[in-house]
Amino acid sequence: MQQDLQTLLDEAIAELTNIDEPARLEEAKARYLGKSGRLTERMKTLGQLPPEERKTAGAEINRVKSALETVVTERREFMARRLMEAQLAAQALDVTLPGRGRGTGGLHPVSRTLSRIRTLFHSMGFDVADGPEVETDAYNFTALNIPENHPARAMHDTFYLDPTHVLRTRTSPMQVRYMEQHEPPLKVIVPGRVYRCDSDMTHTPMFHQVEGLWVDEQVSFSALKGLLIDFMRHFFEESDLKARFRPSFFPFTEPSAEMDIGCVICGGKGCRVCSHTGWLEVLGCGMVHPNVLTPLGIDSERYLGFAFGMGVERLAMLSYGVNDLRLFFENDLRFLRQFN
Amino acid sequence: MKFSENWLRSWVNPALDAQALADTLTMAGLEVEALESVAPPFTGVVVGEILSVTPHPQADRLNCLKVNVGHGEVLDIVCGAPQVVPGMKAPCARVGAQLPGGLHIRLAKVRGVESSGMMCSEKELGLAETSSGLMVLADDAPPGVDLREWLDMDDRLFTLKLTPNRADCLSLRGVAREVAALVGMPSRGPEVQPVVCSPLPAPTISILDTEACPLYLGRALLLEHPDQPTPGWMVRRLERSGLRSRSLVVDVTNYVLLELGQPMHAFDSRTLKGGLQVRWAREGESIKLLNEQDISLQADLLVIADESGPVALAGIMGGLSSAVGKGTREVFLECAFFAPGAVAGRSRRLGVTSDAAYRFERGVDFGNARQAMERATALLLELCGGRAGEVIEVRYPMPDRHPVRVRAERVNRVLGLSLEMDRMAELLSRLGCKVDRHLPGGLEVTPPEYRFDLAMEEDFIEEVARLEGYDRIPAKAPSGPQAMRPAPEKEVAEEEVARWWAQRDYQEVVTYSFVDPEDEQRLSDAPSQLKLMNPIAATLSHMRSTLAVGLINTLCFNVSRKQERVRLFELGRCFHPDGLGGYIQEKRLGGLVYGLVEPEQWSGAKAPADFHDLKGDLEAALAGRPVSFRRGAHPALHPGRSAQVLMGDLVIGWLGELHPALLAHYDLPRAPLMFELALESLLHRSKPVFRGVSRFQPVRRDMAVVVDERVAAEEMLTALRSAGIPGVQEVILFDVYQGEGLEPGKKSIAFRIVMQDTERTMTESELEAGVKSLLGVLQQHFDARLR
Repeated sequence: MQQDLQTLLDEAIAELTNIDEPARLEEAKARYLGKSGRLTERMKTLGQLPPEERKTAGAEINRVKSALETVVTERREFMARRLMEAQLAAQALDVTLPGRGRGTGGLHPVSRTLSRIRTLFHSMGFDVADGPEVETDAYNFTALNIPENHPARAMHDTFYLDPTHVLRTRTSPMQVRYMEQHEPPLKVIVPGRVYRCDSDMTHTPMFHQVEGLWVDEQVSFSALKGLLIDFMRHFFEESDLKARFRPSFFPFTEPSAEMDIGCVICGGKGCRVCSHTGWLEVLGCGMVHPNVLTPLGIDSERYLGFAFGMGVERLAMLSYGVNDLRLFFENDLRFLRQFN
Repeated sequence: MKFSENWLRSWVNPALDAQALADTLTMAGLEVEALESVAPPFTGVVVGEILSVTPHPQADRLNCLKVNVGHGEVLDIVCGAPQVVPGMKAPCARVGAQLPGGLHIRLAKVRGVESSGMMCSEKELGLAETSSGLMVLADDAPPGVDLREWLDMDDRLFTLKLTPNRADCLSLRGVAREVAALVGMPSRGPEVQPVVCSPLPAPTISILDTEACPLYLGRALLLEHPDQPTPGWMVRRLERSGLRSRSLVVDVTNYVLLELGQPMHAFDSRTLKGGLQVRWAREGESIKLLNEQDISLQADLLVIADESGPVALAGIMGGLSSAVGKGTREVFLECAFFAPGAVAGRSRRLGVTSDAAYRFERGVDFGNARQAMERATALLLELCGGRAGEVIEVRYPMPDRHPVRVRAERVNRVLGLSLEMDRMAELLSRLGCKVDRHLPGGLEVTPPEYRFDLAMEEDFIEEVARLEGYDRIPAKAPSGPQAMRPAPEKEVAEEEVARWWAQRDYQEVVTYSFVDPEDEQRLSDAPSQLKLMNPIAATLSHMRSTLAVGLINTLCFNVSRKQERVRLFELGRCFHPDGLGGYIQEKRLGGLVYGLVEPEQWSGAKAPADFHDLKGDLEAALAGRPVSFRRGAHPALHPGRSAQVLMGDLVIGWLGELHPALLAHYDLPRAPLMFELALESLLHRSKPVFRGVSRFQPVRRDMAVVVDERVAAEEMLTALRSAGIPGVQEVILFDVYQGEGLEPGKKSIAFRIVMQDTERTMTESELEAGVKSLLGVLQQHFDARLR
């Protein structure tokens, strides 16, 4: 009996572990363990055995049954696993195909540069103000200490809309407007478009400037130098960038200065961009002229101010190595996308 | 201001090489724009006198020359240059000479004839790009003298970019004075002695506006040989300052202008009728200037007039009829001071530029006039021979040079320095200021006559800083009260708007604010009337009223460069008259979409973007704001595919497809979609307010209705959303159908209604009642029936 059962088990294992289809596995299982399966039949014969044998035979049958069931379960799981694997393999994608969906656009390089300038000055507590592009000649010139017929009015050619309205030639008029609306101490930058009647390789009739103004009791030319050197070093991310200040003339500041930085293209060795001088003129600045402050009711004995103005395209060209100013306004997508 | 280094060094000669001198000037605010050599380096070139010319026996184009190179030495030189004649003087490169470009002159045989040197052209000496023959030297050039020495070629040209306040440096004397102040040594120019006068008739002078012209010097001259050639040294100095030699009399006045900064004018005395007047022009008068320009005069133009009328525009340019010409022996020299205010702006307005006007409008040294007159007279008599009359001087009170109080503490506070007052006094004295020390804590400083830019304390503070050196002012970290900047949550920065559109697959562009008026006519609903008085081009003559012009042109530019999918936006001002003489300059956001919804890719949507793609972007950008859309007419847009955008009742912009009629003009194969919004509408948003989230499940009910095809979907949605049916949380339009199964002229619209109560679960009958009420709204207002 025992021998017989072991043979049955061996036969069953051999059969079941060769089955590859779930339906056949269940059929085979039924043939052993079903209502009239071979093992079930043996079970039925137990009652005919003498009582003393019945117990051992019963245990033996149960052992074989349990072993058979384990084999079936394992085989079932094995086949399920294999099926899943086959399905997964069939579902595999080429994960290297590009992703799908919208593209992304980008900001114009002038906007990018303006954003950097804003961020740096904002971190110093500067307000950001915006002003009109069509200005009265009173704000664009007179309030900036440039009376009628002053030679400085010829320094740059002005677009006129009518005899008293111009396209602002710089962002400086906003200094005056801002001081009309705010009491010192004040710190502000004014980014924006400005216009000059000039168009050639290195001039476009429209470009962008950022004006800066700081009026307080403690500012000085020395502080102006400190702030602007700090700004240029952070803007160009060169902690040892060289800088120098040269005397210059603007009617609305005195003392006035031009700021040069060591050429960021050649490192000061001399190249085409810096005209082989090693220096790049990047900004005009100075102490706000009392003739600007006094008409605004600001006590120039108590308050001092400094102001500066920088060309955004110039900084963008130096920062990104753009070699032609006109590219900024052509808006060729092949150019613009380089900054996205 | 351009000048020769050697000329400057004849006034002041600091121990600095040319570059160091240039750096010193630049760092003092007299920017040296260019520093260049007069001639490239070469050696061994002398003045050669051609004694004889015989044809080369072996070559048609060559000549054999005998050349006198001084000291009794005559060289045989073979020369290929044309037009070589005996007696001519030209540069001769001797054996051993080094020429520019590395040419080394050796003893050579040219087609069998020995040649011991080379005659040179300007090109061969590196003095010109091209030349057609030998460089011709003046007859008085002494043979054998080194050419560089003879022509003063070891010289450099300084070009200063002077700021308008520094008119005092528009002369050699002025630059020399500045250099002297910077290096702390004296400068000295030529000695000027008054000439011996003899009686000559001269016109009387009367000045009618003595503020405009407080000083007028005149002198009659009778010149012996007025047509003598200008000497080489003078021609060279003039040329090295950028002035062409004209005639001796004019050259001398120009020379004095450069040397001393005093503009002068020479009249032909014989053309002057009666006395001269300095007066304002009268209406109806006119003058033909030296440059042959006809000017009709206005009352704000100062003139010199004789009995017949204006003969010169004072301080700007002389008249043609009274000009000295060939053979003019009787000359009347004018040397005057015209106040800056009497000249300023006029030359720009008239389009007449002159060295005189440039100087007078910035300020000429009025203390200098007599010296200039004597200098010019002396030069003319020396070079032409002749006699000079007495100087006629008409003088009225000159501009004042007031003493100014300069406080030491203020100087140091403005600059952030701690200079001693002695140092300030020393620096200002060097500039020629009169410095008085009787004030406590300060200086009383009187500027010299030639400094028109020094009138208040700040002016002197700048001078102290300049002479001390900006580099010696330390760069300090700025300090001041610190205050946090406000950051209102309801405001959106422009930059944030720009970044949103960039993330949404739009490329930012920056286009000119002035546009072609024809584009304005085509693309604007209110074409620009704002014409610039002085546009840079006819196609850039009007201020834009819409961003559409720049966007369309940018599209065309890129489409012509093979771009097939273009999505752009621009943030910028548009301009309109306000009807009150002023201008509205509102900032707008404009955009354009052209080509596929998504970039071309291996799968996914391949349809071109249409109206509703763009509208989706606008709705997303304006989310959370009370925005609606309604069909609107815009001349540049497809009438059936365009809409106005409203916020509340206010029209804030538009969107739509470009009108098909415009496609051909812009040579576009298909229509772009465009929009424009008032930027202001995007710069404000509401601050979020918390509302409870229901613990109960939302319930969805769908409802499809049939309506006339002309019914606007938005109106139905608005009606449903604002019907106030309890529990209705959300109404979504999820399907639109037209076609088979529906009558013609009808459409089916399906809504999804989400209902929920925050307090409890809604009952089935409540839900039914809600849907029924909504249907009732549609039936009542839109004649809808349930599908």
